[in-house]
Amino acid sequence: MSDILSVAAFTAGMAALATAVMLPPGLAVAWLLARRRFPGHAVLETLVSLPLVLPPVATGLILVTVLGRRGPLGGLLDRIGLEVMFTWRAVVAAMAVMGLPLLVRSARAGFEQVDRRCEQIAATLGARPARVFFTVSLPLARRGVLAGALLGFSRALGEFGATIMVAGALPGTRTIAVAIYTYTETGQTTAAAAMLAVSAAIACGALLASNRLAGGAAPR
Amino acid sequence: MTRRRRSGARDDEDPAGGEPRDGGMTGKAAPPGAITLDFVLRQGGFALEMRERIEARVVALFGPSGAGKTTVLESIAGLRRPRRGVIRIGERTLFDSAAGVDVPCHRRRVGYVPQDLALFPHMNVRGNLLYGAAAGAEGGFEQVVALLELGPLLDRDVAGLSGGERQRVALARALAASPALLLLDEPLAALDAALRSRILPYLERIRDELATPMLYVSHAEAEVRALADRVLVLDAGRVVRSAPEL
Repeated sequence: MSDILSVAAFTAGMAALATAVMLPPGLAVAWLLARRRFPGHAVLETLVSLPLVLPPVATGLILVTVLGRRGPLGGLLDRIGLEVMFTWRAVVAAMAVMGLPLLVRSARAGFEQVDRRCEQIAATLGARPARVFFTVSLPLARRGVLAGALLGFSRALGEFGATIMVAGALPGTRTIAVAIYTYTETGQTTAAAAMLAVSAAIACGALLASNRLAGGAAPR
Repeated sequence: MTRRRRSGARDDEDPAGGEPRDGGMTGKAAPPGAITLDFVLRQGGFALEMRERIEARVVALFGPSGAGKTTVLESIAGLRRPRRGVIRIGERTLFDSAAGVDVPCHRRRVGYVPQDLALFPHMNVRGNLLYGAAAGAEGGFEQVVALLELGPLLDRDVAGLSGGERQRVALARALAASPALLLLDEPLAALDAALRSRILPYLERIRDELATPMLYVSHAEAEVRALADRVLVLDAGRVVRSAPEL
């Protein structure tokens, strides 16, 4: 049982970390897609949505190529002594990449709904672009951003395909989804069922929170 | 009432820096300097051509819809980029295509009150007013609040304001940033006749007490007679008439 709880805690912690990791690039990409027209707009849009339609295992394979010791990023990190593959860092990377498209989609819709006039007027009042973003665009897009962060977090919680490719099913990197799979494979059906119950409880919590967000307090 | 000093952090970034500082002096006497609008802007099939040098404190822009009035305001505010030409307030160059000058919107110090007002819905009245108020310029903030009689509204949410109140908040928000020029797009159009006559005195006060030069788009003759000392009539992107009054 303690094993099950520790796997659940590890998974929730990693998903939270992955959400924190995907937020800065996710918001930047969402804002760019919503507010700027530039060469490569369509390419960026496609690239960031790719993990949504690619088989997760294929996304995992791409990550293996990039993050592996011979990969461009993995090699770099290896040189400064950061091991990624089959560690918790790989779990975070897989979760973040898989959650990113959901965050970007929702946040982008949020930014698109912000009244452009408000952003323009903020600029005429002397606000630099960064201040406009943090004091006008982001607060006015907060629902889309929060909903996106929650969706990304939920996706990260349930991630399986990419995670097992880059982090395996080792005791130190086992997430809920991976644990359910290995318990079932090895005939530990009671453990699998317990894991399932924990997973369902977390999912219900996330859904409740997301519904409350969507229907909740009217914008001030 | 003393004229507010145009102080604050933003002044230091002023790239042109050519504007004469009037360091806290008094009265409305100091001439704001001429506004030079000498530019061409094209958008699709529409072309706007301005060839004006205006020496007036309050300029009214008149003309049928589609004449390009709002586009003129947006070009001065830095929200639209002319194809070529010069935009200058006094000695300060905001745009000069030949010299490669295009001062970004946030450094132009041009207050803009658009027709839809665009109050920040996630802030209360005070938050809206303080947004552009330069640090250390609380005196300006208080003066504007007093001028537009906004004291009792400061802690209200903007969603609950009436049309006339929203209008005053939008005016005050632009003024609290100590603009070198105030652009007003049909400031009274959305209000009924009774409200109009209540807001008009506030505009006169802005003209007389703050001495902020104004350029505004209007359809109402009474408003123009009361306020403007120069009227530009715009049609199909060109100034067809420029006269001291309508």
